[in-house]
Amino acid sequence: MRVFASLRRTAVNRSAGLLASLVAVLLLIMMIVSMITGSVRLNLADVLQMLGMKLTGNSLSQELLIIEKILFSLRAPRTLLMVLTGAALACSGASYQGLFRNPLADPYLIGVSSGASLGAVIAMSISWPYTRLGTLMTPLMAFFFAILTVIAVFHLGKIGGVLNMTGLILAGVAVNAIASALTSGWLLISNSELRYSLSWMLGGITRSGWEPLTVMVPVLLVGMAGQWALAYPLNVMQFGDEQAAQLGVSVQKMRRRIIFFSTLTTATAIAFSGIIGFVGLIVPHMIRLLVGSDYRRLIPLSILGGGLFLLTADVIARTVIAPQELPVGILTALTGAPFFLWLLHQVKRKGEH
Amino acid sequence: MLSVRNSWIRYGSKIVVRDVSLDIPAGKMVALIGPNGSGKTTLVRGISGTLPLEKGRVTYQDHDLRDLPETDRAKLISVVPQITQFPAGFTVFETVSLGRTPYLGWMGKLSVKDIDLIEAAIMETSIGALREKDVLALSGGEQQRVVLARALAQDTPVLILDEPTAHLDLTYQIGLLTIVRRICTEKQLSVLIVLHDLNLAARFADAVAIMDEGQILTHGAPEAVLTKEILSPVFHLPMSVIRPEEFDYPVILPQ
Repeated sequence: MRVFASLRRTAVNRSAGLLASLVAVLLLIMMIVSMITGSVRLNLADVLQMLGMKLTGNSLSQELLIIEKILFSLRAPRTLLMVLTGAALACSGASYQGLFRNPLADPYLIGVSSGASLGAVIAMSISWPYTRLGTLMTPLMAFFFAILTVIAVFHLGKIGGVLNMTGLILAGVAVNAIASALTSGWLLISNSELRYSLSWMLGGITRSGWEPLTVMVPVLLVGMAGQWALAYPLNVMQFGDEQAAQLGVSVQKMRRRIIFFSTLTTATAIAFSGIIGFVGLIVPHMIRLLVGSDYRRLIPLSILGGGLFLLTADVIARTVIAPQELPVGILTALTGAPFFLWLLHQVKRKGEH
Repeated sequence: MLSVRNSWIRYGSKIVVRDVSLDIPAGKMVALIGPNGSGKTTLVRGISGTLPLEKGRVTYQDHDLRDLPETDRAKLISVVPQITQFPAGFTVFETVSLGRTPYLGWMGKLSVKDIDLIEAAIMETSIGALREKDVLALSGGEQQRVVLARALAQDTPVLILDEPTAHLDLTYQIGLLTIVRRICTEKQLSVLIVLHDLNLAARFADAVAIMDEGQILTHGAPEAVLTKEILSPVFHLPMSVIRPEEFDYPVILPQ
């Protein structure tokens, strides 16, 4: 019997491993597709020729130099930005769904996005000098305000010194409302161009080049690794705070850590990529349907799946009305929301049996 | 031995447990009975550390349980809660294996010894056939056994059960308590069990503590405590205690 049980567990682990490899391969393919598609469509043969010339140390022709420029200065950082953002949002989504024990929770639940919007809109209304710091001002302000909002929600949500989930959600609703009102008010009284702010809030403005990535990569690695490391306590906490404590989990401490790492991850991602909805909601959901709800599998698979999902959405957003670009957030909402409704319908039908 | 000494526990703004002292020796099963709202569940929470003590002490051997972090406390006390909603997506094996949490590393990897203890707990509660089933698909009686197995996998010298038989049919009630009784004696556990059914307390417990309005009124062997003089005022009902010949324990009925 013990042999059977451990065989069964191996089977589950193996199917999770299989899924992980499958998603990783798809992600690699999509990264190649993303590198060659855009307003200028690159030919794969030209790209390979260029790479070949570079590797063998030959100097590039004028035509290949342009390809090199497009590939390494524009497409590669854009591709990585989308993969990282999708991974970050899906990872935090999985953590939040576990933390709130609610499959409808998303990484924006306790104010990250409304805070970030406020910060970004304030930053965009000021004309910064065109320096490195000036161009980074929008993401920095978005990040700073996101963290500030979550800290506010976190403190207001404490009832009688105890961090209670209901208190947290209610405080989130209130603080979100205040931040959104301030954002709208600021937009109306400032003279800045509304289109940029709106575009950022729809997940449109993506900062180009490698600069954002030098900040994002280390922070997101820490944030996502931190969340993965908390996967086992998150499993135990699915049985409720009281049982988790009786099983030896320091519930308050774990909860603070989960909120810290997921806020850090989400705020960093949206500061650079804008507010992109539904990735954090849909991707962990799909993964859960495929491999069950063990967070030790769910979190890494959500990271891979989130990267694939957002990158695919971005490739479509870049091509569907080319040469113009659709903000990727509009696309994730357009595809994510119907999918979500379909999912709800499936769950309901299952329940009726 | 688990000792509760002069403990006061607050729930919200109200003092719910007043000056309770109780000893549970190893190998003994103490039943806690009393009307709704008398403070039984609050006392269980105070002992298991999910509510702080206002005053007083809870000790096991020479450990003051208030000073221990969750992990260490969970190595001494396991709790079978009242049946609650189970989360989705956990098999029976996975649920029972959570009992090993206080002994595991941060990724929760089970050692061979952990798996042995989990399997032993599954055997003791006769849920082997359900091992790979989703807990949500089980009946209430089966779920309660799974939670008992989880507590046994926790491998603690103290076991607390909070109304484990609520919502179960007669067969499952007797079945569950028979298992608890056997394990209590075999493993020399200190068992505290909150029960609503006075007859189950009379049949299975070594001692009965009667709680009313946050205090323990009286505490002793079932025959000594389960009398109509003591029970009638507590439950505000005239009670009869009879001793049928074929039973070796008293039978209690409201008149």
